[in-house]
Amino acid sequence: MSDVETLPRAAQARPELPPPMGLLAELTHRCSLRCPYCSNPLELDRRSSELSTDEWKRLIDEAAALGVLHIYFSGGEPMLRRDIAELVAHAHDAGLYTNMITSGVGFQPAALDAVAEAGLDHIQLSVQAVDARTCDRVAGYEGASTRKHAVAADIARLGLRLTVNAVVHRENVHQIRDFVQLAEDWGAARIEIAHVQYYGWGLVNRARLMPTRKQVEAAMADVEEARGRTAGRLVIDCVLPDYYARYPKACMGGWGARLMNVTPSGRVLPCHAAETIAGMTFDNVRDLSLSEIWYRSAAFNAFRGTEWMKEPCRSCARKELDFGGCRCQAMALAGDASATDPACSLSPLHEEVVALAEADAASGRSDFVYRGYQGV
Amino acid sequence: MNADTTKTDITAIVPALPRGVRLRYDESRGQWFLLGPERVFEPDETAVEILQRVDGARSIAAIAQDLATAFEADRDEIAADVVQFLRGLADQRMIDL
Repeated sequence: MSDVETLPRAAQARPELPPPMGLLAELTHRCSLRCPYCSNPLELDRRSSELSTDEWKRLIDEAAALGVLHIYFSGGEPMLRRDIAELVAHAHDAGLYTNMITSGVGFQPAALDAVAEAGLDHIQLSVQAVDARTCDRVAGYEGASTRKHAVAADIARLGLRLTVNAVVHRENVHQIRDFVQLAEDWGAARIEIAHVQYYGWGLVNRARLMPTRKQVEAAMADVEEARGRTAGRLVIDCVLPDYYARYPKACMGGWGARLMNVTPSGRVLPCHAAETIAGMTFDNVRDLSLSEIWYRSAAFNAFRGTEWMKEPCRSCARKELDFGGCRCQAMALAGDASATDPACSLSPLHEEVVALAEADAASGRSDFVYRGYQGV
Repeated sequence: MNADTTKTDITAIVPALPRGVRLRYDESRGQWFLLGPERVFEPDETAVEILQRVDGARSIAAIAQDLATAFEADRDEIAADVVQFLRGLADQRMIDL
Protein backbone atom coordinates (compact mmCIF):
# COMPACT_ATOMS: atom_id res chain seq x y z
CA MET A 1 0.00 0.00 0.00
CA SER A 2 3.02 2.28 -0.23
CA ASP A 3 1.54 3.94 -3.33
CA VAL A 4 -1.42 5.16 -1.36
CA GLU A 5 0.83 6.63 1.29
CA THR A 6 2.36 9.05 -1.22
CA LEU A 7 -1.00 10.55 -2.17
CA PRO A 8 -2.23 13.72 -0.49
CA ARG A 9 -4.83 12.82 2.08
CA ALA A 10 -6.99 15.89 1.73
CA ALA A 11 -9.36 14.27 -0.73
CA GLN A 12 -10.13 10.79 -1.89
CA ALA A 13 -8.14 9.71 -4.93
CA ARG A 14 -10.03 7.95 -7.69
CA PRO A 15 -7.49 5.70 -9.40
CA GLU A 16 -10.24 3.88 -11.32
CA LEU A 17 -11.18 7.08 -13.10
CA PRO A 18 -9.90 7.39 -16.69
CA PRO A 19 -8.14 10.59 -17.75
CA PRO A 20 -10.07 13.32 -19.60
CA MET A 21 -10.41 13.06 -23.38
CA GLY A 22 -10.67 16.77 -24.11
CA LEU A 23 -9.79 20.18 -22.74
CA LEU A 24 -11.61 23.37 -23.67
CA ALA A 25 -9.13 26.23 -23.37
CA GLU A 26 -11.04 29.50 -23.14
CA LEU A 27 -8.07 31.71 -23.93
CA THR A 28 -9.96 34.97 -23.55
CA HIS A 29 -13.47 36.28 -23.04
CA ARG A 30 -12.76 39.13 -25.45
CA CYS A 31 -14.79 38.93 -28.65
CA SER A 32 -16.01 41.38 -31.28
CA LEU A 33 -19.37 39.64 -31.47
CA ARG A 34 -22.12 39.99 -28.88
CA CYS A 35 -24.30 36.91 -29.49
CA PRO A 36 -27.25 36.85 -27.08
CA TYR A 37 -26.73 33.13 -26.32
CA CYS A 38 -22.98 33.31 -25.68
CA SER A 39 -21.78 30.39 -23.55
CA ASN A 40 -19.43 32.65 -21.58
CA PRO A 41 -20.64 33.61 -18.10
CA LEU A 42 -22.62 36.81 -17.44
CA GLU A 43 -19.59 38.09 -15.55
CA LEU A 44 -16.72 38.00 -18.03
CA ASP A 45 -13.03 37.68 -17.20
CA ARG A 46 -11.01 40.83 -17.90
CA ARG A 47 -7.94 40.83 -20.12
CA SER A 48 -5.73 41.73 -17.16
CA SER A 49 -6.67 38.47 -15.42
CA GLU A 50 -5.93 36.20 -18.41
CA LEU A 51 -3.36 33.42 -18.07
CA SER A 52 0.00 34.30 -19.61
CA THR A 53 1.61 32.49 -22.55
CA ASP A 54 3.87 30.57 -20.18
CA GLU A 55 0.95 29.60 -17.94
CA TRP A 56 -0.99 28.23 -20.92
CA LYS A 57 2.08 26.34 -22.14
CA ARG A 58 2.55 24.71 -18.75
CA LEU A 59 -1.13 23.79 -18.71
CA ILE A 60 -0.86 22.28 -22.21
CA ASP A 61 2.07 20.14 -21.06
CA GLU A 62 0.11 19.01 -18.01
CA ALA A 63 -2.90 18.19 -20.19
CA ALA A 64 -0.82 16.07 -22.57
CA ALA A 65 0.81 14.23 -19.65
CA LEU A 66 -2.60 13.65 -18.06
CA GLY A 67 -3.91 11.92 -21.21
CA VAL A 68 -5.94 14.68 -22.89
CA LEU A 69 -6.29 13.89 -26.62
CA HIS A 70 -8.17 16.90 -27.99
CA ILE A 71 -7.56 20.54 -27.09
CA TYR A 72 -10.11 23.13 -28.14
CA PHE A 73 -8.83 26.70 -28.33
CA SER A 74 -11.90 28.75 -27.67
CA GLY A 75 -13.02 31.97 -26.05
CA GLY A 76 -14.35 34.58 -26.58
CA GLU A 77 -12.37 34.83 -29.77
CA PRO A 78 -9.14 32.81 -29.39
CA MET A 79 -7.59 34.46 -32.44
CA LEU A 80 -7.46 37.74 -30.49
CA ARG A 81 -4.60 36.32 -28.41
CA ARG A 82 -1.35 37.52 -29.94
CA ASP A 83 0.32 34.26 -28.86
CA ILE A 84 -2.26 32.04 -30.54
CA ALA A 85 0.09 30.49 -33.13
CA GLU A 86 2.67 29.87 -30.41
CA LEU A 87 0.08 28.06 -28.27
CA VAL A 88 -1.20 25.98 -31.20
CA ALA A 89 2.37 24.97 -32.06
CA HIS A 90 3.04 24.07 -28.43
CA ALA A 91 -0.07 21.86 -28.24
CA HIS A 92 0.73 20.27 -31.59
CA ASP A 93 4.28 19.47 -30.47
CA ALA A 94 2.89 17.98 -27.26
CA GLY A 95 0.96 15.49 -29.43
CA LEU A 96 -2.50 16.98 -28.88
CA TYR A 97 -5.14 17.15 -31.60
CA THR A 98 -5.66 20.89 -31.98
CA ASN A 99 -9.06 22.48 -32.60
CA MET A 100 -9.87 26.18 -32.98
CA ILE A 101 -13.37 27.54 -32.37
CA THR A 102 -13.56 30.96 -34.02
CA SER A 103 -16.08 33.64 -34.96
CA GLY A 104 -13.83 34.67 -37.87
CA VAL A 105 -14.01 38.29 -36.74
CA GLY A 106 -11.34 40.60 -35.33
CA PHE A 107 -8.08 39.29 -36.80
CA GLN A 108 -6.00 39.59 -39.97
CA PRO A 109 -5.83 36.80 -42.57
CA ALA A 110 -2.10 36.37 -41.83
CA ALA A 111 -2.98 35.18 -38.32
CA LEU A 112 -4.87 32.28 -39.85
CA ASP A 113 -1.89 31.34 -42.01
CA ALA A 114 0.24 31.34 -38.86
CA VAL A 115 -2.00 28.93 -36.94
CA ALA A 116 -2.28 26.64 -39.98
CA GLU A 117 1.49 26.57 -40.19
CA ALA A 118 1.68 25.92 -36.44
CA GLY A 119 -0.09 22.61 -37.04
CA LEU A 120 -3.77 23.33 -36.43
CA ASP A 121 -5.76 20.17 -37.16
CA HIS A 122 -9.31 21.49 -37.28
CA ILE A 123 -11.10 24.81 -37.32
CA GLN A 124 -14.72 25.49 -36.39
CA LEU A 125 -16.20 28.66 -37.86
CA SER A 126 -19.44 29.97 -36.39
CA VAL A 127 -22.18 31.43 -38.56
CA GLN A 128 -25.16 33.11 -36.91
CA ALA A 129 -27.55 32.86 -39.88
CA VAL A 130 -27.28 32.20 -43.60
CA ASP A 131 -28.59 35.62 -44.65
CA ALA A 132 -26.29 38.55 -43.85
CA ARG A 133 -28.99 40.67 -42.21
CA THR A 134 -29.94 38.09 -39.57
CA CYS A 135 -26.33 36.98 -39.13
CA ASP A 136 -25.16 40.52 -38.35
CA ARG A 137 -28.16 41.23 -36.13
CA VAL A 138 -27.71 38.09 -34.01
CA ALA A 139 -23.94 38.65 -33.80
CA GLY A 140 -24.54 42.30 -32.86
CA TYR A 141 -21.85 43.25 -35.38
CA GLU A 142 -22.22 44.98 -38.73
CA GLY A 143 -20.30 43.13 -41.44
CA ALA A 144 -19.90 39.85 -39.54
CA SER A 145 -21.38 37.81 -42.38
CA THR A 146 -19.12 39.32 -45.04
CA ARG A 147 -16.09 38.71 -42.88
CA LYS A 148 -17.05 35.05 -42.26
CA HIS A 149 -17.30 34.40 -45.99
CA ALA A 150 -13.79 35.81 -46.44
CA VAL A 151 -12.42 33.65 -43.61
CA ALA A 152 -14.09 30.56 -45.06
CA ALA A 153 -12.26 31.25 -48.33
CA ASP A 154 -8.96 31.58 -46.42
CA ILE A 155 -9.63 28.29 -44.63
CA ALA A 156 -10.23 26.57 -47.99
CA ARG A 157 -7.04 28.12 -49.42
CA LEU A 158 -5.06 26.78 -46.45
CA GLY A 159 -6.62 23.32 -46.76
CA LEU A 160 -7.69 23.27 -43.11
CA ARG A 161 -10.33 20.76 -42.01
CA LEU A 162 -13.47 22.87 -41.45
CA THR A 163 -16.57 22.46 -39.34
CA VAL A 164 -19.34 25.04 -39.64
CA ASN A 165 -20.91 25.80 -36.27
CA ALA A 166 -24.54 26.86 -36.53
CA VAL A 167 -26.32 27.79 -33.33
CA VAL A 168 -30.05 27.70 -33.99
CA HIS A 169 -33.03 29.34 -32.31
CA ARG A 170 -36.39 30.86 -33.21
CA GLU A 171 -34.98 33.39 -35.69
CA ASN A 172 -32.89 30.98 -37.81
CA VAL A 173 -34.11 27.47 -37.07
CA HIS A 174 -35.93 27.39 -40.42
CA GLN A 175 -32.56 27.77 -42.21
CA ILE A 176 -31.21 24.24 -41.60
CA ARG A 177 -31.16 23.34 -45.32
CA ASP A 178 -29.43 26.63 -46.13
CA PHE A 179 -26.83 26.12 -43.37
CA VAL A 180 -26.07 22.69 -44.81
CA GLN A 181 -25.75 24.15 -48.31
CA LEU A 182 -23.45 26.87 -46.98
CA ALA A 183 -21.25 24.25 -45.30
CA GLU A 184 -20.99 22.37 -48.60
CA ASP A 185 -20.24 25.58 -50.51
CA TRP A 186 -17.46 26.37 -48.04
CA GLY A 187 -15.94 22.89 -48.43
CA ALA A 188 -16.64 21.87 -44.83
CA ALA A 189 -16.39 18.19 -43.92
CA ARG A 190 -18.71 18.65 -40.97
CA ILE A 191 -21.46 20.89 -39.65
CA GLU A 192 -22.59 21.17 -36.07
CA ILE A 193 -26.19 22.28 -35.71
CA ALA A 194 -26.66 23.14 -32.06
CA HIS A 195 -29.86 24.45 -30.58
CA VAL A 196 -29.27 27.21 -28.03
CA GLN A 197 -28.72 25.92 -24.53
CA TYR A 198 -30.38 28.04 -21.89
CA TYR A 199 -27.77 29.02 -19.31
CA GLY A 200 -26.19 32.40 -18.70
CA TRP A 201 -26.83 34.72 -21.65
CA GLY A 202 -29.09 32.14 -23.31
CA LEU A 203 -31.27 32.00 -20.21
CA VAL A 204 -31.50 35.81 -20.07
CA ASN A 205 -32.67 35.75 -23.70
CA ARG A 206 -34.80 32.63 -23.56
CA ALA A 207 -38.04 34.39 -24.52
CA ARG A 208 -36.29 35.87 -27.59
CA LEU A 209 -34.71 32.58 -28.68
CA MET A 210 -36.98 29.67 -27.79
CA PRO A 211 -38.38 27.97 -30.90
CA THR A 212 -41.88 26.54 -31.04
CA ARG A 213 -42.35 22.79 -30.77
CA LYS A 214 -43.43 22.79 -34.41
CA GLN A 215 -40.21 24.54 -35.45
CA VAL A 216 -38.12 22.01 -33.51
CA GLU A 217 -39.88 19.08 -35.14
CA ALA A 218 -39.43 20.59 -38.60
CA ALA A 219 -35.74 21.22 -37.86
CA MET A 220 -35.20 17.62 -36.80
CA ALA A 221 -36.82 16.42 -40.04
CA ASP A 222 -34.62 18.84 -42.02
CA VAL A 223 -31.51 17.43 -40.33
CA GLU A 224 -32.50 13.86 -41.17
CA GLU A 225 -33.22 14.79 -44.77
CA ALA A 226 -29.87 16.57 -45.07
CA ARG A 227 -28.01 13.61 -43.56
CA GLY A 228 -29.44 11.34 -46.24
CA ARG A 229 -28.64 13.79 -49.01
CA THR A 230 -25.04 14.52 -47.97
CA ALA A 231 -24.00 11.07 -46.68
CA GLY A 232 -20.30 10.43 -47.27
CA ARG A 233 -19.61 14.13 -47.98
CA LEU A 234 -20.70 15.98 -44.89
CA VAL A 235 -20.88 14.83 -41.28
CA ILE A 236 -23.88 16.43 -39.57
CA ASP A 237 -23.86 16.52 -35.78
CA CYS A 238 -26.89 17.93 -34.01
CA VAL A 239 -27.34 19.12 -30.43
CA LEU A 240 -31.03 18.88 -29.62
CA PRO A 241 -33.11 21.39 -27.73
CA ASP A 242 -34.28 19.56 -24.66
CA TYR A 243 -37.11 21.58 -23.15
CA TYR A 244 -39.47 19.72 -25.48
CA ALA A 245 -37.66 16.39 -25.24
CA ARG A 246 -38.75 13.22 -23.51
CA TYR A 247 -35.35 12.54 -21.97
CA PRO A 248 -32.55 14.95 -21.13
CA LYS A 249 -29.18 15.14 -22.86
CA ALA A 250 -26.17 13.28 -21.47
CA CYS A 251 -24.52 16.60 -20.72
CA MET A 252 -20.73 16.59 -21.33
CA GLY A 253 -20.90 12.78 -21.58
CA GLY A 254 -21.29 12.79 -17.80
CA TRP A 255 -20.04 15.29 -15.25
CA GLY A 256 -16.27 15.07 -14.83
CA ALA A 257 -16.17 12.06 -17.16
CA ARG A 258 -14.62 13.33 -20.39
CA LEU A 259 -13.93 17.05 -20.44
CA MET A 260 -12.27 19.89 -18.60
CA ASN A 261 -12.94 23.57 -19.23
CA VAL A 262 -10.35 26.19 -18.33
CA THR A 263 -11.51 29.81 -18.10
CA PRO A 264 -9.32 32.72 -19.28
CA SER A 265 -8.13 33.34 -15.74
CA GLY A 266 -7.41 29.69 -15.01
CA ARG A 267 -10.45 28.32 -13.16
CA VAL A 268 -11.07 24.70 -14.11
CA LEU A 269 -14.71 23.73 -14.61
CA PRO A 270 -16.43 20.41 -15.37
CA CYS A 271 -18.52 22.32 -17.95
CA HIS A 272 -18.55 25.90 -19.18
CA ALA A 273 -21.76 26.74 -17.31
CA ALA A 274 -20.73 25.13 -14.02
CA GLU A 275 -20.20 28.51 -12.36
CA THR A 276 -23.96 29.03 -12.43
CA ILE A 277 -24.23 26.39 -9.70
CA ALA A 278 -24.51 28.24 -6.42
CA GLY A 279 -22.09 27.31 -3.66
CA MET A 280 -19.67 25.38 -5.86
CA THR A 281 -16.03 26.41 -5.77
CA PHE A 282 -13.48 25.81 -8.51
CA ASP A 283 -9.75 25.26 -8.36
CA ASN A 284 -7.33 27.33 -10.41
CA VAL A 285 -4.38 26.10 -12.48
CA ARG A 286 -2.36 28.84 -10.82
CA ASP A 287 -2.69 26.89 -7.55
CA LEU A 288 -2.98 23.20 -8.46
CA SER A 289 -1.97 20.89 -11.29
CA LEU A 290 -4.57 19.76 -13.82
CA SER A 291 -4.10 16.20 -12.62
CA GLU A 292 -4.86 17.11 -9.01
CA ILE A 293 -7.93 19.02 -10.13
CA TRP A 294 -9.21 16.23 -12.40
CA TYR A 295 -8.82 13.43 -9.87
CA ARG A 296 -9.35 15.17 -6.54
CA SER A 297 -11.17 18.48 -6.75
CA ALA A 298 -14.49 18.79 -4.97
CA ALA A 299 -16.13 20.31 -8.06
CA PHE A 300 -15.17 17.46 -10.40
CA ASN A 301 -16.16 14.81 -7.88
CA ALA A 302 -19.47 16.45 -6.95
CA PHE A 303 -21.61 14.73 -9.59
CA ARG A 304 -19.44 11.88 -10.79
CA GLY A 305 -21.02 8.45 -11.00
CA THR A 306 -24.57 7.92 -9.76
CA GLU A 307 -24.22 8.06 -5.95
CA TRP A 308 -25.32 11.70 -5.72
CA MET A 309 -28.61 11.06 -7.50
CA LYS A 310 -32.04 11.46 -6.00
CA GLU A 311 -35.28 9.92 -7.23
CA PRO A 312 -36.50 9.54 -9.91
CA CYS A 313 -32.90 9.25 -11.25
CA ARG A 314 -31.59 6.90 -8.58
CA SER A 315 -33.78 3.96 -9.63
CA CYS A 316 -34.00 4.90 -13.31
CA ALA A 317 -32.88 2.44 -15.99
CA ARG A 318 -31.43 5.34 -17.99
CA LYS A 319 -29.22 6.72 -15.22
CA GLU A 320 -26.01 5.48 -16.88
CA LEU A 321 -27.20 6.76 -20.27
CA ASP A 322 -28.00 10.38 -19.54
CA PHE A 323 -26.65 10.78 -15.96
CA GLY A 324 -29.82 12.60 -14.91
CA GLY A 325 -29.29 15.27 -17.59
CA CYS A 326 -27.58 18.56 -17.07
CA ARG A 327 -26.62 19.78 -13.57
CA CYS A 328 -26.63 23.42 -14.63
CA GLN A 329 -30.11 23.10 -16.09
CA ALA A 330 -31.30 21.40 -12.90
CA MET A 331 -29.87 24.40 -11.03
CA ALA A 332 -31.49 26.93 -13.38
CA LEU A 333 -34.92 25.31 -13.50
CA ALA A 334 -35.29 23.36 -10.27
CA GLY A 335 -33.03 25.50 -8.08
CA ASP A 336 -31.14 22.34 -7.10
CA ALA A 337 -28.11 21.05 -9.01
CA SER A 338 -28.67 17.48 -7.79
CA ALA A 339 -32.29 17.32 -8.92
CA THR A 340 -33.42 15.48 -12.04
CA ASP A 341 -32.96 17.78 -15.03
CA PRO A 342 -36.49 19.20 -15.56
CA ALA A 343 -36.02 18.59 -19.30
CA CYS A 344 -36.69 14.94 -18.42
CA SER A 345 -40.32 13.86 -18.71
CA LEU A 346 -39.87 11.96 -15.42
CA SER A 347 -39.11 15.18 -13.53
CA PRO A 348 -42.04 16.52 -11.49
CA LEU A 349 -41.24 19.94 -12.99
CA HIS A 350 -41.32 18.82 -16.61
CA GLU A 351 -44.86 20.00 -17.44
CA GLU A 352 -44.04 23.39 -15.97
CA VAL A 353 -40.89 23.61 -18.11
CA VAL A 354 -42.75 22.69 -21.29
CA ALA A 355 -45.33 25.38 -20.48
CA LEU A 356 -42.47 27.87 -19.94
CA ALA A 357 -40.97 26.96 -23.31
CA GLU A 358 -44.31 27.29 -25.07
CA ALA A 359 -44.99 30.66 -23.47
CA ASP A 360 -41.49 31.89 -24.37
CA ALA A 361 -41.84 30.64 -27.94
CA ALA A 362 -45.15 32.49 -28.29
CA SER A 363 -43.84 35.71 -26.73
CA GLY A 364 -42.84 37.25 -30.07
CA ARG A 365 -40.04 39.16 -28.35
CA SER A 366 -36.98 40.05 -30.41
CA ASP A 367 -35.27 42.64 -28.19
CA PHE A 368 -32.00 40.76 -27.65
CA VAL A 369 -29.96 41.46 -24.55
CA TYR A 370 -26.52 41.40 -26.12
CA ARG A 371 -23.49 39.98 -24.37
CA GLY A 372 -21.17 42.62 -22.97
CA TYR A 373 -18.83 43.55 -20.14
CA GLN A 374 -21.46 45.86 -18.66
CA GLY A 375 -23.43 42.88 -17.40
CA VAL A 376 -27.15 42.35 -17.66
CA MET B 1 -16.66 -9.56 -65.76
CA ASN B 2 -18.27 -6.45 -64.39
CA ALA B 3 -17.76 -7.42 -60.76
CA ASP B 4 -14.05 -8.09 -61.33
CA THR B 5 -13.56 -4.73 -62.98
CA THR B 6 -15.20 -2.97 -60.04
CA LYS B 7 -13.05 -4.85 -57.58
CA THR B 8 -9.87 -4.03 -59.47
CA ASP B 9 -10.83 -0.36 -59.50
CA ILE B 10 -11.42 -0.21 -55.77
CA THR B 11 -8.18 -1.90 -54.75
CA ALA B 12 -6.23 0.40 -57.07
CA ILE B 13 -7.32 3.36 -54.96
CA VAL B 14 -4.65 4.94 -52.77
CA PRO B 15 -6.23 5.77 -49.42
CA ALA B 16 -4.92 8.64 -47.33
CA LEU B 17 -5.48 10.20 -43.93
CA PRO B 18 -6.78 13.69 -44.69
CA ARG B 19 -5.45 16.76 -42.93
CA GLY B 20 -7.29 16.89 -39.61
CA VAL B 21 -7.21 13.13 -39.01
CA ARG B 22 -4.40 11.60 -36.99
CA LEU B 23 -3.44 8.14 -35.86
CA ARG B 24 -1.55 8.27 -32.60
CA TYR B 25 -0.42 6.07 -29.77
CA ASP B 26 -1.35 7.35 -26.34
CA GLU B 27 1.22 6.46 -23.72
CA SER B 28 -1.00 7.24 -20.75
CA ARG B 29 -3.64 4.68 -21.79
CA GLY B 30 -1.33 2.36 -23.69
CA GLN B 31 -3.52 2.31 -26.79
CA TRP B 32 -3.95 3.67 -30.31
CA PHE B 33 -6.46 6.34 -31.27
CA LEU B 34 -7.69 7.66 -34.58
CA LEU B 35 -8.52 11.30 -33.96
CA GLY B 36 -10.64 13.62 -36.09
CA PRO B 37 -13.00 16.58 -35.66
CA GLU B 38 -15.01 15.80 -32.51
CA ARG B 39 -14.18 12.13 -33.06
CA VAL B 40 -12.14 9.63 -31.07
CA PHE B 41 -11.96 6.13 -32.55
CA GLU B 42 -10.31 3.28 -30.69
CA PRO B 43 -9.10 0.97 -33.46
CA ASP B 44 -8.57 -2.70 -32.61
CA GLU B 45 -5.29 -4.47 -33.47
CA THR B 46 -6.33 -5.32 -37.01
CA ALA B 47 -7.52 -1.80 -37.66
CA VAL B 48 -4.23 -0.39 -36.38
CA GLU B 49 -2.30 -2.68 -38.76
CA ILE B 50 -4.35 -1.34 -41.68
CA LEU B 51 -4.19 2.31 -40.61
CA GLN B 52 -0.43 2.20 -40.12
CA ARG B 53 -0.14 1.24 -43.78
CA VAL B 54 -2.33 4.10 -45.00
CA ASP B 55 0.39 6.50 -46.09
CA GLY B 56 -1.04 8.18 -49.17
CA ALA B 57 1.38 6.20 -51.37
CA ARG B 58 0.28 2.57 -51.17
CA SER B 59 -2.87 1.29 -52.90
CA ILE B 60 -5.43 -0.86 -51.12
CA ALA B 61 -4.08 -3.81 -53.15
CA ALA B 62 -0.55 -3.14 -51.91
CA ILE B 63 -1.76 -2.77 -48.32
CA ALA B 64 -3.67 -6.06 -48.58
CA GLN B 65 -0.66 -7.81 -50.08
CA ASP B 66 1.56 -6.55 -47.29
CA LEU B 67 -0.90 -7.69 -44.62
CA ALA B 68 -1.36 -11.07 -46.32
CA THR B 69 2.39 -11.62 -46.25
CA ALA B 70 2.80 -10.40 -42.68
CA PHE B 71 -0.05 -12.50 -41.30
CA GLU B 72 0.09 -15.43 -43.75
CA ALA B 73 -3.50 -14.91 -44.80
CA ASP B 74 -5.49 -14.89 -48.03
CA ARG B 75 -4.87 -11.67 -49.93
CA ASP B 76 -8.34 -11.40 -51.50
CA GLU B 77 -10.09 -11.93 -48.19
CA ILE B 78 -7.93 -9.30 -46.56
CA ALA B 79 -8.51 -6.90 -49.44
CA ALA B 80 -12.27 -7.25 -48.98
CA ASP B 81 -11.95 -6.55 -45.25
CA VAL B 82 -9.71 -3.55 -45.85
CA VAL B 83 -12.15 -2.10 -48.40
CA GLN B 84 -15.07 -2.51 -46.02
CA PHE B 85 -13.15 -0.99 -43.11
CA LEU B 86 -11.88 2.01 -45.08
CA ARG B 87 -15.29 2.67 -46.64
CA GLY B 88 -16.80 2.88 -43.18
CA LEU B 89 -14.23 5.51 -42.22
CA ALA B 90 -14.60 7.34 -45.55
CA ASP B 91 -18.35 7.70 -44.90
CA GLN B 92 -17.40 9.65 -41.78
CA ARG B 93 -14.75 11.66 -43.64
CA MET B 94 -11.98 10.04 -41.59
CA ILE B 95 -10.23 8.61 -44.69
CA ASP B 96 -9.91 9.92 -48.23
CA LEU B 97 -10.59 7.31 -50.88
